Amino acid sequence: MVQLLAVLIDGLIYASWLFIIAVGLTLIYGVMKILNIAHGSLYALGAFTSVTFTSAWFAHGYPAMGSYAMLALAAVVVGLVAGPVIERGLLRFLYGKDEVVLVLVTYALFLILEDLIKLVWGVDPLFVQGPKGETPYALLGNFSIGGLTYPTYNLLLVGVAIVTAIVLTWVLARTRAGKLLIAVIHDRETAAAMGIDVGRTYFVTFTLGAMLAAVGGALTAPTVSVVTGMGAEVIVIAFAVVVIGGLGSLPGAALGAVIVGLVRAASIHYRPELELFAVYFVMAAVLIVRPKGLFSAAEVRKI
Amino acid sequence: MDTQAPLSLKLLPALLVAAALALPAASHAQDKPIRIGLVTFLSGPAAGPFGVPAKMAAEAIVESLNAGKVPAPYAAKGFGGTPIELAIIDEAGGATKQVAEFRNLVERQNVDFVIGYIGSGDCLAIAPVAEEMKKLTVLFDCGTPRIFEDASYKYVFRTRSHATMDAVAGALYLLDAKPGMKNYAGINQNYAYGQDSWTDFTAVMSALRPKVEVTTSQMPKFGAGQYGPEISALLQTNSDVIHSSLWGGDLEAFMLQAMPRNMFASSQLILVAGEPYLHRLPGNIPDGTIIGARGPNGAYAQKSALKDWLIQAYKQKAGIEPNYPAYSVAMAFLGLKAAFEKAKARSGEDTEAVIKALEFSTFDSPSGKVMMKLGKGHQAVTGTAYGATKTVNGQITLTNIKYYPVEQVQPPEGVKSLDWIKDGMKPGKW
Repeated sequence: MVQLLAVLIDGLIYASWLFIIAVGLTLIYGVMKILNIAHGSLYALGAFTSVTFTSAWFAHGYPAMGSYAMLALAAVVVGLVAGPVIERGLLRFLYGKDEVVLVLVTYALFLILEDLIKLVWGVDPLFVQGPKGETPYALLGNFSIGGLTYPTYNLLLVGVAIVTAIVLTWVLARTRAGKLLIAVIHDRETAAAMGIDVGRTYFVTFTLGAMLAAVGGALTAPTVSVVTGMGAEVIVIAFAVVVIGGLGSLPGAALGAVIVGLVRAASIHYRPELELFAVYFVMAAVLIVRPKGLFSAAEVRKI
Repeated sequence: MDTQAPLSLKLLPALLVAAALALPAASHAQDKPIRIGLVTFLSGPAAGPFGVPAKMAAEAIVESLNAGKVPAPYAAKGFGGTPIELAIIDEAGGATKQVAEFRNLVERQNVDFVIGYIGSGDCLAIAPVAEEMKKLTVLFDCGTPRIFEDASYKYVFRTRSHATMDAVAGALYLLDAKPGMKNYAGINQNYAYGQDSWTDFTAVMSALRPKVEVTTSQMPKFGAGQYGPEISALLQTNSDVIHSSLWGGDLEAFMLQAMPRNMFASSQLILVAGEPYLHRLPGNIPDGTIIGARGPNGAYAQKSALKDWLIQAYKQKAGIEPNYPAYSVAMAFLGLKAAFEKAKARSGEDTEAVIKALEFSTFDSPSGKVMMKLGKGHQAVTGTAYGATKTVNGQITLTNIKYYPVEQVQPPEGVKSLDWIKDGMKPGKW
């Protein structure tokens, strides 16, 4: 019973983390039909920038609680700088090209950004940590369930994931901007003919997607040592999540994250030797039954 | 096209100057330095803890050797009076890429010797290629015993002990520290080194204490980063001991996530490869954690003029004390230098003569005496040491250090590691 509870909690925490990382990826794909491999680099940029910002914060001797604000600021700055630069400077010249070309372009971008990170921050792993070892991860204390101790920071992760999901769903379903976005998703050309500024929609979407990647990085930074190559690790698992849920689907990303999170936690608790295999087995199983993922939108037929 | 012409015209003088500058170097060909290919991780997760420290140590060692500043018996400049230079290659990219890079080093860069390889997979792939290309290659850091236990080579050497002793000495130390332990759990990365470490350790434990049980073996993916569920699973087993060969960023992430969850309040932690990043873990490692340095390296190296020299030369370059990969690379350079000079004094400096001189040789290093006694004289053996952490004034120090002689932790020639372990680890004749 306790073990089952642990699986649920571990799975939920891991799923929240996965969702935060994957949601930007699926958003960008849904709107722009770009499978953005550089999403992993934006995640890494968010993490590295958090290290820089929080280090500066701690170096000034400001109260440790403010380090959370620095994490948020890092995510916003990375999103607002890297998003527009990449979209305006590179991607907008390539709209309308084959999806495969865009995958290759973002892959190239990923390699460039990885080296850029190495140039700026070096190869030594970095910590989000104050002079006395205080980290945002441990600062909020612990809570205990069924004899297991968890850092409260994990609740923050779950909270951010839920809020992100609710806000994005609300924006898409209830606001004017969201309805325009859905129009662009369904048919870019018709939307443009109706007077929707597709360029602007893409610009905003990509910036938002980049910011979500950076949020993932910023929230992860205090729990790991921030090291070059961390972006490559997440892009694979984020891709698995998004594919299970259906590329471009918001509820799909959420369900995919929950499935992967629970499967991984269950295999770790009951059959640790199957951990690596289990997640991808589920992905394969889903794709056999539903080749486009669980929540894939029906393809709009174009003549 | 027209607009490009002036640019190349502008570049022409620069090219001529560059060519002219290159000439004097070429005309010095008669006393050309000895070129050594150095292969080590410069990127990827292994760069920070292993690759870059090894590179910085190699550069410091080469400068020091060329200046004739190394203590006896290595006082001669360079290798036998000839200066040495490095051609440095990044080990990242996998075994297939490394084989291509190795051929490049030999055929295009014309290196005289190769010193390299941290990854066991790279070592296993390179050894047969080095043999085929007849290039004397010294493996400096990889640990798998399989290299000389499953094959024999003429051109390949390894100047550090293989990893069997990490498990054997680790278990001996652990049983001294926790004689009443009833069970243990493991968390190791799911790739060659992590699996080997766990297999060796469980084999040693079941040979020494058959009644001690394994509670769980967690094998997260290399670079997984998030260990929440693993930590929950480990916590639930409530094991007396947790064994881990995690290193670098994975080790740091695991410790960061495990410490706030009181994981080590009742479980003794043993980190087989914990030494390289110890200076980065203050506050994130419990006192009394058992730490391996894959040999008598770093804090476990006994005081000597050579150790003082390495510390001083490395500190000048890196600003911190050298870790075990730095000691490993020192063994490779000094072992090769000793053999080169012995060969030169005997018959000549050709590769065949150097090989003869290096086989079954014994040489001094910052980590103590190294004996090339296994693998038909191609595999080094040393004793080893283990200790436990104690944080003093915010610095992690190693205390309670115990030394283990060769015969206690290494199988003798001709016996495979796992067979030796299963057979009760009887001390061989050395």
